[in-house]
Amino acid sequence: MKELEFPFDSEYILKKRKSIKRSLLGELEGKTCISKKIAILGGSTTHDVKEMLELFLLNVGIVPTFYESEYNQFWQDVMFDNPLLVEFAPDLIYIHTGSRNLKNIPDVRMSPEQIAAMLEEEYQYYESMWQKIEETYHCPIIQNNFEMPFYRLLGNQDCADVHGRMNYITRLNQRFYEFAQSHENFHIHDINYLSACYGLQKWADPFYWHMYKYACAVPAIPELSYNMANIIKSIYGKNKKALVLDLDNTLWGGVVGDDGADKIEIGQETPMGQLYSEFQQYLKAHKDLGILLTVNSKNDEENALAGLNRPDSVLKPEDFLVIKANWENKDRNIVEIASELNIGTDSLVFVDDNPAERNIVKMQVPEVAVPEMGEAVEYIIGLDRSGFFEVTNLSKDDLTRNEMYRANVERKKQQASFESYEDYLLSLEMKAEIAAFAPVYMSRIAQLTNKSNQFNLTTKRMSTADLEELVKEPANITLYGKLEDKFGDNGVVSVVYGHIDEADKELFHIDLWLMSCRVLKRDMEKAMLDELITRCKQAGIRRVLGYYYPTAKNAMVKEFYAAQGFDKISEDDAGNTVWEYIIPEQYVKQNRVISIEEII
Amino acid sequence: MTREEVYERLNEVFREVFDDESIELNDETTSNDIDGWDSFEHINLVVAVQDEFSFKIPMGKVVTMENVGEMVDIILQLGE
Repeated sequence: MKELEFPFDSEYILKKRKSIKRSLLGELEGKTCISKKIAILGGSTTHDVKEMLELFLLNVGIVPTFYESEYNQFWQDVMFDNPLLVEFAPDLIYIHTGSRNLKNIPDVRMSPEQIAAMLEEEYQYYESMWQKIEETYHCPIIQNNFEMPFYRLLGNQDCADVHGRMNYITRLNQRFYEFAQSHENFHIHDINYLSACYGLQKWADPFYWHMYKYACAVPAIPELSYNMANIIKSIYGKNKKALVLDLDNTLWGGVVGDDGADKIEIGQETPMGQLYSEFQQYLKAHKDLGILLTVNSKNDEENALAGLNRPDSVLKPEDFLVIKANWENKDRNIVEIASELNIGTDSLVFVDDNPAERNIVKMQVPEVAVPEMGEAVEYIIGLDRSGFFEVTNLSKDDLTRNEMYRANVERKKQQASFESYEDYLLSLEMKAEIAAFAPVYMSRIAQLTNKSNQFNLTTKRMSTADLEELVKEPANITLYGKLEDKFGDNGVVSVVYGHIDEADKELFHIDLWLMSCRVLKRDMEKAMLDELITRCKQAGIRRVLGYYYPTAKNAMVKEFYAAQGFDKISEDDAGNTVWEYIIPEQYVKQNRVISIEEII
Repeated sequence: MTREEVYERLNEVFREVFDDESIELNDETTSNDIDGWDSFEHINLVVAVQDEFSFKIPMGKVVTMENVGEMVDIILQLGE
């Protein structure tokens, strides 16, 4: 909904929240959404934080139910197992605290040692709570850091002197970050940055604290909740995956077809050129985060390439996975880009300075994110604050994703030159590693369970904490599959797990089976099945049940189990199906094209 | 600004905040008369009123406001 996209009108959203919610719920009707139970544990009033968060989450297809602690009971709720919270069984816990919640603040009579001890105590108060959450709820935690105080007793020295509050808060924040660095399920919500962006004095308006015990001004709450929603959508795999970029007046100043490549504004010669160069650097840095870059421009391809090939252009043709420079309508190009990359159009962000082009794309492919672009000086901030690519866990995979997609494009080219498809597969010299979930891959496995929509039989979303629990249970069999070939390493691409039936020890249920679409039709699923059956046999299992739960996106695997030799034994009105496989005495391995590496 | 003009704008603000087109305010209207007007919504009402009339209502006055009539008095006072 346009009203909820950055930059939004906070006052308008606050005022119209009820009618906005009504229309969001209307839009979501009949669509597949994910539901999440979110506990907001506050050190101040949280009512509007919750209300605004609800709108921003509904807007990205996440339907939240909330638990709110009583006023300033965040710590007690956790430490003394408030039965209401225990019963609520949150999927995610948000600790909404800030500088108003500091228990002690330094004063000038204290020694540095006293201040250090006080800081340690303050920190332990929080850490003990996080540890307790980890033990009791095994769910992701989002924790506010501390915003700067709105007055400075020591003036400019407040930041540098150990007696200064500013200094104290900075040190405390640093401790929070260190915890975050060593805990994957712990995320900082950076209200320190946010309050600075908003304007600290407006943010800290004492009126709202003393009147209603709101730690930040009510008009700032939509920004706070928007920022929070970005973290949540990232945790649950709702981030965007690719940038689709216009060229003229977006990546450089001027029109390359009219002005010529030597006349467009890019590089360090002119202020405008510098501005566009900075924007290109910002975009290029996204490649390392695993964001795919593509071009969608109304141009002759020759001219487009001439612009990108300028020596002072930061972005080069090889930085892009797909370059569509032609005279097709941009909405058509966008659909083609998505299909060439094998990702959904809802994973794309379209960046174009021209409102008419943005409008066509919005009308024709409404699931594409189309941010307002404003003037060139606003490009970076507009994209950055939109939070399309919010980072929660950076996996090694993210860093090499562009390479993997590039290798895919090369594979497609080679495919054409082989007699049979099997010959082609053999020529890829594929090697797989298939084993039980291992700690080094946990974040990638969690990421896959949250991101994979198409090749996903039951669409169970899991956090790393959930996965760790799963591994501990002896009745479970878990498998990840990693695939490498001569073009490169695809990383972990498939996840399967299930459990032995409690009553019938010879029966196994497959709870989840998913695969990344980047390795479709490579027989990786056969290799996974071989390993699963081998392990089932070792466990004395004779019968395996597979489940398919339809969603808006996973129709491609509706008949998956049939293809693997399972028989359908039931189907309900919603299209949920159950499939049975009797393990034969002599199981013949299905995969003939991937060599399996032994894991010791 | 006349009292009537204030009422007209204020009515619209109330209708938007409480998402209820049937609201008709008068001097005696209190939180008991409007569905959903609790202490939380009161804050939003104050924020929306401040936004509509482009001024901040001093804390002391927010505390003492008892009914819509008093709210209109304050708006007229501040609007001068």
